[in-house]
Amino acid sequence: MTPYWATYYATPVGWTVLTVLGILAVTVGILISLAFLLLADRKIWAGVQMRKGPNMVGPFGLMQSFADFLKFVLKEIVIPAGADKTVFLFAPLLTFVLAFGSWAVIPFAPGWVVSNINVGILYLLAISSLGVYGVIMGGWASNSKYPFLGALRSAAQMVSYEVSIGLVILTVILLAGSMNLSTIVTAQSGGIWNWNMFGGGGLKNLPLIVVLFPMMVVFFISALAETNRPPFDLSEAESELVAGFQVEYSSTPYLLFMIGEYANIVLMCAMLSILFMGGWNSPFPPMPFLHITAGWSEVFSFLWMAVKMVFWFFMFAMVKAIVPRYRYDQLMRLGWKVFLPTSLVAVVLVAAWRVFGPGAGA
Amino acid sequence: MSFVSRLSQAAKGAAMMDFVGAFGLAMKYMVRPKATIYYPFEKGPISPRFRGEHALRRYPSGEERCIACKLCEAVCPAWAITIEAEPRADGSRRTTRYDIDMVKCIYCGFCQEACPVDAIVEGPNFEFTAENREELLYDKQKLIDNGDRWEREIARNLELDAPYR
Repeated sequence: MTPYWATYYATPVGWTVLTVLGILAVTVGILISLAFLLLADRKIWAGVQMRKGPNMVGPFGLMQSFADFLKFVLKEIVIPAGADKTVFLFAPLLTFVLAFGSWAVIPFAPGWVVSNINVGILYLLAISSLGVYGVIMGGWASNSKYPFLGALRSAAQMVSYEVSIGLVILTVILLAGSMNLSTIVTAQSGGIWNWNMFGGGGLKNLPLIVVLFPMMVVFFISALAETNRPPFDLSEAESELVAGFQVEYSSTPYLLFMIGEYANIVLMCAMLSILFMGGWNSPFPPMPFLHITAGWSEVFSFLWMAVKMVFWFFMFAMVKAIVPRYRYDQLMRLGWKVFLPTSLVAVVLVAAWRVFGPGAGA
Repeated sequence: MSFVSRLSQAAKGAAMMDFVGAFGLAMKYMVRPKATIYYPFEKGPISPRFRGEHALRRYPSGEERCIACKLCEAVCPAWAITIEAEPRADGSRRTTRYDIDMVKCIYCGFCQEACPVDAIVEGPNFEFTAENREELLYDKQKLIDNGDRWEREIARNLELDAPYR
């Protein structure tokens, strides 16, 4: 049975309208959830330090992010005298647009994806690599030394951790045999033992847990570095560089940088969920006796996806609260001398398993 | 460093034992009672010895205590106090001017220690921000008014602190 909107979707006008609606839904949905995730971030951070965190605006401070938003928007935009005005204002815009552009290929539930392209992972890698330009342009255009140093640090950091992220993703691609994110998620359906973090493929692939569980951790830590989160927030180390490449930014441009940064963090949460924790799949095997109708099953799938993303965001927030900042040489050592060899070996192991292990050639 | 100890250190790092321990500790602290005080609505406890805003006290009869001995002016390390005095019509020695520059003041409490008649004291009030500098140059009238306003708290604090002096 085809849904009632399928015929409308087949016409060019219908396709345009529905796609634009889908893009709007994703963008607005992410923006609103970002507001609450930002608050959650601050609340978790506060909780670990035995503080209460923001709780004055609205019940439990739930409206805090909206108050902050208004504050940012209503402030004056200060542009330094020596700054390159065009690049200075273009940089936050670029960060913002790229951060939201990558959400186009993220599947939230079966069929709930703006653009279901076959090389979704390549697209994600490309877009997140471009993200470093926003940082470099912002740091360079500020024409000031702290932003410049912050941008340099950030660029080197993001480039080095992208390498290990790419290799970790390669292990998952080898396992699923596809670069389509929806296919990768579908390959992990059927229960928690089919998730990639446990080897992906039931009991016969269980030995791969030795490789893939550490790979998930490596991906998580690389994601921290990639999004400039503590303990790898060297680019904005507030005790040394004040705020790194964002020093000269104020008002809406700063807001765009910040939203872009958090959108990237949540994107990493989504990628962790999709690549290693089965995306929208529930951890339980299919339960036909519950008689979940077609429409509702997608809603439940979306909820599972959301739960997993919130879990990973909680981990991001906890890491921010408990781990001290890395020194720059430690950061580079971890990226190039630990993660890169580890993930290379993992790629070789997974490839060997696919060729010689049980279920080879499948 | 020996090979074995390096190996064990690497293994510990790879297992992220530090992170797991810190995570547990963080979760433990997260469920603890919060230390937050809602400041404008709720204030922390203050010692009777707290050295806050200055006040000039009076005797219960209404007569001002200060006898213009200028000991506080002499002891003040920040030179924040300025006193001028002359005999009053009834022959008693009283100040005609008693200024404290609250911007210079370092709140050391020496004036309070030096005073032989408990006239100048530092009260429990710590919320006396002003919108400009001039408002922080206190004159005698302001200090006497402070004394009248805070007399109850100041008298209680002096009484509580008396056994230790």
